[in-house]
Amino acid sequence: MDSEHAVIIGASHAAAQLGASLRQGGWQGNISIVGDEAIPPYQRPPLSKAYLAGEKHSDELLIRPATFYEKSAIDLVLGTRVTAIDRQAKTVTLHDGGSIPYTRLALTTGARVRKLSLPGHDLDGVFYLRDLQDVDRIRAYVGRGKSAVIIGGGYIGLETAASMRKLGMQVTVLEAMPRILQRVTAPEVSAFYSRIHGEEGVNIVTDASVESLEGSGKVAAVRLADGTRLDADLVVIGVGVMPATELAEAAGLEVDNGIAVDEFARTSDPDIVAAGDCTSHYNPIYDRRLRLESVQNATDQAKTAANTLCGKLEAYHALPWFWSDQFDLKLQIAGLSQGFDRVVLRGASDTGRSFAAFYFGGDRLLAVDAVNRPKEFMMVRRALTTGMRADPDKLADDSSDIQQAFS
Amino acid sequence: MPVVTFISHDGQEQEVHVPAGTSVMHAAVDNGVSGILADCGGACSCATCHCFVDEAWTEKVGAADDVEAQMLDFVIDPQPNSRLSCQIIVNDELDGLVVRLPATQF
Ligand SMILES: Cc1cc2nc3c(=O)[nH]c(=O)nc-3n(C[C@H](O)[C@H](O)[C@H](O)COP(=O)(O)OP(=O)(O)OC[C@H]3O[C@@H](n4cnc5c(N)ncnc54)[C@H](O)[C@@H]3O)c2cc1C
Ligand code: FES
Repeated sequence: MDSEHAVIIGASHAAAQLGASLRQGGWQGNISIVGDEAIPPYQRPPLSKAYLAGEKHSDELLIRPATFYEKSAIDLVLGTRVTAIDRQAKTVTLHDGGSIPYTRLALTTGARVRKLSLPGHDLDGVFYLRDLQDVDRIRAYVGRGKSAVIIGGGYIGLETAASMRKLGMQVTVLEAMPRILQRVTAPEVSAFYSRIHGEEGVNIVTDASVESLEGSGKVAAVRLADGTRLDADLVVIGVGVMPATELAEAAGLEVDNGIAVDEFARTSDPDIVAAGDCTSHYNPIYDRRLRLESVQNATDQAKTAANTLCGKLEAYHALPWFWSDQFDLKLQIAGLSQGFDRVVLRGASDTGRSFAAFYFGGDRLLAVDAVNRPKEFMMVRRALTTGMRADPDKLADDSSDIQQAFS
Repeated sequence: MPVVTFISHDGQEQEVHVPAGTSVMHAAVDNGVSGILADCGGACSCATCHCFVDEAWTEKVGAADDVEAQMLDFVIDPQPNSRLSCQIIVNDELDGLVVRLPATQF
């Protein structure tokens, strides 16, 4: 039999970890990472934060330097898109007509932005924000005193707004729902972020219904259904992402709101694993299938997938966590709040810039949103990982030691 | 180029050369030193880059700021010489720095 060859499709957070973990786990065969972007795997989170704000250079974004892959004998095939997987022949087809044989395949194709088909969506100056290339294009349009309209009040939209304020721009955020971050946080947390963005000079419009983008050739304004016209030198659309499942679907793999994988990151084909934003998996802590969009999930699931390929089955049951940096606010989230029925606040959310919101489902702690509260974040991450119980009254008492609230 | 030595929890030493301006976390990750996870890529948000600064170097390295110190309170086995390695920037002064790595990050 020919020697083993692990081929990883996609070259981002999950791929970088998978490749490194394969070598760590003793994988002896070849490893190829095939990605359609031009540079080695890089950190996406700074794209809407320090990189957009001009505080970081693109060299600083690389997850590992190119030399790391050379030393680890990992072949990076960049600027190359995989167009098909042939599971019978065990090859992947490349956009230039070439093909690569595999013995084991890993899908880390991530997610793609949801597009809006508004009138004027193809004007110059209208952007999505997912890749380095997107931000480099956006950066050519930013500048002190210019106006930006951001469609979508999720984390990425709000981070983009904060970074653009830092650059001295006029910024409006349009949110279709009655409050920003509605899908992901409690009303108190949404109200907090609305207040801070207001204090920092961002114009937030909720219940906004965008009718069209106006301009000739280049965008000049955004028109709302109520007739409001907002000047715009650029528009950034951030209305969520969809898992990149086309390849998997076309190859007949099971897809269920993401490429369906088991706790060992295996797809419905035993020779194919998948990890990161493109997958959905069953999470035992929350007892349901999840599709997560986070570095934590990309990294941890990639480790599981690599173990599986190395013949070491270790179930993936990591606690989800996430962060978001806006202005001087460090938000750290441990756990998943979906399905909560009660929120306990520690510290004030309606004044100042530091508090924690604990989410409960019945008497069970589900998650925390910790704003400039690293202790609360760290404590909850530990508690949820080890199955400790939380006392809501003690959590609410900001003068008591946070550890006292857990048993 | 400054040299940083990493000593794993089971005593294995690894010396790496890094350009001044690199964080100790990147010095580890870029050179395949295991024991530093650095899930957040240096945003001081994850505390999976915990290290122990060798006693001879603690003064030169300096103390953690408030946010980092609060996170360090909750890492596994915190010590007075605990630091988050993404927050230590290597410069010529730190040439020869020695850091030890914990058995587990969390
Ligand atoms: C602006 C921004 C800010 C973020 N901030 C945070 C944050 O603060 N914290 C956090 O935890 N997460 C954050 N995220 C989310 C995080 O970046 C993602 O969860 C993570 O990138 C997922 O990694 P992945 O490897 O699964 O997929 P992706 O990063 O989506 O990478 C998939 C790669 O595969 C490539 N690809 C897809 N199909 C093919 C094909 N057929 N052939 C070749 N290549 C292909 C894609 O081009 C892409 O490069 C942020 C995301 C963005 C965009
Ligand atoms: S890398 Fe995340 S805190 Fe240091």
